[in-house]
Amino acid sequence: MSLRSRHLLGLEGMPADDINLILDTAVSFKEILTRKIPKVPTLRGVTVVNLFYEPSTRTRISFELAEKRLSADTVNFSATGSSVAKGETLKDTVLNIEAMKIDIVVIRHQASGAPHYLTSVCQSIIVNAGDGAHEHPTQGLLDIYTIREKYGRIEGLKVVIVGDIKHSRVARSNIWGLLTLGADVSVCGPPTLLPVEMEKFGVKVFDEIDRALAGADVVNVMRLQRERQQSGLLPSLREYSRYYGITTERLKKLNENFTIMHPGPMNRGVEISSEVAEGPYSVILPQVTNGVAVRMAILYLLSGGRGKFDEQ
Amino acid sequence: MNEKSIALALTRIAHEIIERNKGTENVVIIGIRTRGAILAERLAEILSRIGKLSLPVGVIDITLYRDDVQDKLDQPVVQKTDMLFDIVDKIVILVDDVLYTGRTIRAALDEIIDFGRPRAIQLAVLIDRGHRELPIGPDFIGKVVPTSHSERVEVHLTEQDGVDEVNIDRSGRGGV
Repeated sequence: MSLRSRHLLGLEGMPADDINLILDTAVSFKEILTRKIPKVPTLRGVTVVNLFYEPSTRTRISFELAEKRLSADTVNFSATGSSVAKGETLKDTVLNIEAMKIDIVVIRHQASGAPHYLTSVCQSIIVNAGDGAHEHPTQGLLDIYTIREKYGRIEGLKVVIVGDIKHSRVARSNIWGLLTLGADVSVCGPPTLLPVEMEKFGVKVFDEIDRALAGADVVNVMRLQRERQQSGLLPSLREYSRYYGITTERLKKLNENFTIMHPGPMNRGVEISSEVAEGPYSVILPQVTNGVAVRMAILYLLSGGRGKFDEQ
Repeated sequence: MNEKSIALALTRIAHEIIERNKGTENVVIIGIRTRGAILAERLAEILSRIGKLSLPVGVIDITLYRDDVQDKLDQPVVQKTDMLFDIVDKIVILVDDVLYTGRTIRAALDEIIDFGRPRAIQLAVLIDRGHRELPIGPDFIGKVVPTSHSERVEVHLTEQDGVDEVNIDRSGRGGV
């Protein structure tokens, strides 16, 4: 079984079969992480470059661990302290790295579409680790994996994505992936932080949090991207927190056996209270654990097929 | 082979395991997915009955340890390895249905050793069809079946295929 695409660029348009193949494969990889030696020799000889143009803690460490658990060789690159500061373009940077014989590029970039552009200028397999406000497919997949692990299914679950949807690539990847698998997806946030014509994604749109949460199974809380809040989209953080912050009080609206998710990094006391984040219904840390297994599955599935098929 | 001869072969192998290891103390059984795992369950059942000691049974999926993972056009489906016991200082009986090139066994040996250092690993197979490409030999054999490369040994087991039988397909599709 292989994915239909050579690269992982996004969840928009990814067939349900492919998403399920990644999720099913990740179940096996999660077991490896519990072994005494949590490492398999599968990607020996494969070189992966982690190309990070934006800051990252979780995604970057998660990718690097996934690569190391599969015995791939890894090289890390961050834009700060590199020749990017001297004005080298993305294309030149990647072509130069590629000239050193690498196989897979994991890229995070502030420009939407940067990974898609790379597929047209270089030969390597490209994995999108977040492009602008567009997609963050590995985060979307690990969120979906975490939900499926708890409920055993995605179809029919009511998932609410709360907060800064406009700037959130995590929200977009979640929406596309969850809709493909048959979830009932809503978004909720202040109108200034919702993209225009949000309904066209096929989701329900709420600006009142209590109505959005009524009868929901999963609440995925997006980070308020304070670094992008310079333009007066919100009157104040306190007001945002009062109207959209997820607090213990608000959880009463939810279905029994509900789940609270957050992709991190959290602004405690802004979009989510510490009590909720650390509560028994929170799967925020399991999300991080699952991230490594899901990324291992993706790297494994993308790395096949470079020789002749030998039916033995 | 039919249902009866498969059952006889497994019973004989069980007795050989007991004879060789002077009992079943410290013996654990590990089967290679998919049909090796089924045979491992059956073998453990017979051994527990004869040796009056219930034996731990594990299942390994060797996909991630294959030497041709990056060459295949289609990635093999990775299934779970299930080994919920410690193998350190145990005698591991590794079980598979057909022994052919030996490459699967090589992968399984690497995977088992990543779980710890067993006292010994012994190999039990239902069919040895020859054509080894690695210096690997079985300790316990159900039946030796001389074959050519173009033939295909088909092992069917009730749990997976609804019937117990071993056939040789001479249509020339090759492989196991």
